[in-house]
Amino acid sequence: MTQFSIFHGFVTFLKIGLFTIGGGYAMIPLIEREVVERHKWMEKEEFLDLMSLSQALPGVFAVNFSIYIGQRLRGLRGSLALAAGVVLPSFIIILLVAMFFIAFADNKVIEAIFKGVRPAVVALIAVPCVKLGKAARITPSNVWFPLLVAAVIALVGISPVYVIIAVAVGAFIYGRYFKED
Amino acid sequence: MLFLELFYVFFKIGLFGFGGGYAMLSMIQGEVVTAHQWLTTSQFADIVAISQSTPGPIGINSATYVGYMSTVNEGYPAAMGVVGSLVATTAVVLPSFLLVLLVLKVLKHYREHAVTKTIFQALRPTVVGLLLAAVLVLLTKDNFSSPSENMWQFCISIFLSVAAFVGTFFFKINPIRMILLSAVAGLLLYY
Repeated sequence: MTQFSIFHGFVTFLKIGLFTIGGGYAMIPLIEREVVERHKWMEKEEFLDLMSLSQALPGVFAVNFSIYIGQRLRGLRGSLALAAGVVLPSFIIILLVAMFFIAFADNKVIEAIFKGVRPAVVALIAVPCVKLGKAARITPSNVWFPLLVAAVIALVGISPVYVIIAVAVGAFIYGRYFKED
Repeated sequence: MLFLELFYVFFKIGLFGFGGGYAMLSMIQGEVVTAHQWLTTSQFADIVAISQSTPGPIGINSATYVGYMSTVNEGYPAAMGVVGSLVATTAVVLPSFLLVLLVLKVLKHYREHAVTKTIFQALRPTVVGLLLAAVLVLLTKDNFSSPSENMWQFCISIFLSVAAFVGTFFFKINPIRMILLSAVAGLLLYY
């Protein structure tokens, strides 16, 4: 194993944050290559353990993952360095995009482009919805549940935050007091 | 007060954001578009497109973007927008630190526990519902136009939407390429 330094970790995760397009999960192979294969900061088994923990907890997956790896390697300072590294590139890039966007929002070209992009975006969210539905084993017999959740959020206007809390509390009570093992 | 509200909203999103970036987008939509009306549905659709085509996690991208846009939309200057995006991004990341550093030890013992498993089993189909809600909320006149308003734009919108779904779902076309293609279509058809 090579020596882990906070600065080196920060730069490595800065690079990971800068070069992965398409969300946090696209970062997994890059993080693995840097952390496990190239720098050998940890073994593959531990890497996979930390990954599944990061997925189980709420929050931004890539940030959770960086915090775990940093915490494991150098405690709080390590986790701060890696999380800052992974967040900083998107923060700066999006800030520039937002400023540009405000300045050019009334531009005819930009407007035409986004008139085409907006309907496509709706489909891009529908795709993970269908994929996740398959993974969560949604069938005709239990499809009422996600439909009810969607209706409560989209039609009644209740925040998804409260829906998540209600489901978690409900599942806790059911699992703790009613479910038979 | 806007900054306090931004902090509160994004802290909540970071704390209860189960199920990855898209599920988080649904939460951001619920809070920012439906509840607080800091952004319009069109501006929200723009964030999704921009988040997908720029580097980094969707949760961070959208927090930064919403922080800036909502501050500027409320009439503050650009410098305050930077503060707004800093507040939102910090707030969405903070719960992760607290959870990892404090709850990790507790969770380790209960991870294999039956009740914990029941909770995660219930959350999975809930996240599917969250994503469905995000799709429903985006099906508006702002994003698609309507037959009475502009038949031509409405038909093109439906076509682009179906094409993007078929392309990414059945033909596994990269979402970034799909966004670029629809951008070119928009440019050619509307400009």
